[in-house]
Amino acid sequence: MNVMMLLEMASGAFPDRPAFTDGERGLTYTYSELFEAARLRAGSIAAQGSSRMAKLDVSNLGTPLGLFASAWAGVPYVPLNYRLTDEEIAALLKRVTPAYLVTSTDRVDAFGGLDGVHAVSTDAFLDAAQNAAPVAGEWAMDPDEIAVLLFTSGTTGEPKAAVLRHKHLVSYILGSVEFASAPESDASLVCVPPYHIAGIAAIMSSVYSGRHVIQLPNFSAERWIELARQHKVTTAFVVPTMLARIVQTLEAQGVAQADMPYLNSLAYGGGKMPLSVIEKAMTLFPTTDFSNAYGLTETSSTICVLGPAAHREAVASTTAAGRRRLVSVGQALPGVEIEIRDEEGRVLNAGERGEIYVRGEQVSGEYEGKGSVVDADGWFATRDAGSMDDEGYLFLEGRADDVIVRGGENLSPGEIEDVLLTHPAVADAAVVGVPDEQWGEAVAAAVVPKAGASIDEQQLKDLVQSQLRSSRVPAHVKIWDELPYNETGKLLRRVVKAAFVEQSQ
Amino acid sequence: MPTLKTGGRLKSAVCAGEIMVVAASDADVELTCGGVAMIDPSGEGEAGAAVHPDHAVGIAMGKRYITEDESLEVLCVKAGDGSLAVNGQLMLQKDTKQLPKTD
Repeated sequence: MNVMMLLEMASGAFPDRPAFTDGERGLTYTYSELFEAARLRAGSIAAQGSSRMAKLDVSNLGTPLGLFASAWAGVPYVPLNYRLTDEEIAALLKRVTPAYLVTSTDRVDAFGGLDGVHAVSTDAFLDAAQNAAPVAGEWAMDPDEIAVLLFTSGTTGEPKAAVLRHKHLVSYILGSVEFASAPESDASLVCVPPYHIAGIAAIMSSVYSGRHVIQLPNFSAERWIELARQHKVTTAFVVPTMLARIVQTLEAQGVAQADMPYLNSLAYGGGKMPLSVIEKAMTLFPTTDFSNAYGLTETSSTICVLGPAAHREAVASTTAAGRRRLVSVGQALPGVEIEIRDEEGRVLNAGERGEIYVRGEQVSGEYEGKGSVVDADGWFATRDAGSMDDEGYLFLEGRADDVIVRGGENLSPGEIEDVLLTHPAVADAAVVGVPDEQWGEAVAAAVVPKAGASIDEQQLKDLVQSQLRSSRVPAHVKIWDELPYNETGKLLRRVVKAAFVEQSQ
Repeated sequence: MPTLKTGGRLKSAVCAGEIMVVAASDADVELTCGGVAMIDPSGEGEAGAAVHPDHAVGIAMGKRYITEDESLEVLCVKAGDGSLAVNGQLMLQKDTKQLPKTD
């Protein structure tokens, strides 16, 4: 079992189909070209005796090539976040030596000088003439070999290296994608960073389904719209902040509809989608199917999906509970089980908030140097908080670590944020716990007003008081122009928290 | 016949078919394609051996096949004219549930 097998099948079944196109440079690999290129680059990696291949660059043809060549050479593929500082990158590289590093030309000298790092430029990696010695033989089929090491974003503390073995990634693809199911005209616009699990999953699922991937290396809403139209893109995945910008851009252009008749499917995930954004998006893309995907690095990407039919039902629903489904992340994939548990590990009933646990073949739950954190029965604690309704629709409530402990009572930031967001003047809200002498922690809310609206602090407190218990009422409220998100749409709560703490000192 | 282990590959001795083992709970069963025991991918089929007419529906690339008791699941990685069977019982095709595209 090896992810190379997915490419071998694709290359065998439709060798001349375009597989990947770099949307900025215009270069394309067909499936058979990618397969043969992987054979040569596996030879280059093996010749260096490297134990890992690291990639430090934006999305380009070197991204899928790096993933498959590593798999063929039998070394883990390690995509690194190119937005980190040089010091942070060097620290991560030290953890994966001896490494074969493929990076942008301007960084070859800086990192090639590190002990145990052999650095080549992406241009050199893509140049067939400089990679002319193919690897001898086939790839290994041991399902327990490591395919990918992915550093988690480390929103708290030092990044952890999640271990994804071939069995996890292949199980995910076999369980969720029908081989060769994409019509030849299908094109997928991929704009998630290559060091994100969604970027890895996009490569594999597109290859296995036979879809043509258009890569957008640096996301901007304008470029996304241009490329989607130029390549008649049929399917795309975005994080919530990207969709918000696409919606804003289309609205600023004054169009009633996006004019992308080919776009059959638009999936989103990676963070909480504001209700107003998804509602507007469904109006702007009236013929597009929307899906919400929830997954983690440690689960080889998607474990839950809210499909197009559920989206339409929610929008058409006349009940509050029915409409709320629109902010659900949907139901578990086949082969994936989900439970909500309390702090003592007891399974909770429908509607009760707790920590999300997941089990399935695609779940790794393993970190390098720490081993597996999956329990004896195969369950992985996601550290995400949430609840499930009586039909198995999952609702996310933020990270379990974000729970505010006020006077011994556990408060969910998500619950308070949901109430704040119902206020007509509030565009976005983040609730955090801040140190408090009397209560241990106090509730603090950063809110962003809608354009032209002004927010009355007391009104917000009254709103929370009327909807929830008084312990949930924010003791501190700040009005911000925007909330801090990372590039994949994750709210940076520690930044919000730090701002409150700093001000009180 | 080589033992069946998860992730391992086998090829048919009588047609172009090849499979990968997705899950095997018992390594000691006889897996046949076209009615003849499957062999290591590097091996050579018997000269003159042919697909048995009772095992000739064929296998399709990308389809998964499973025994009735779900003790063995394999993925067809190269199409062939022979059908798969375990201890003489034909394997069944397993459907992949069509899911919304999410990545």
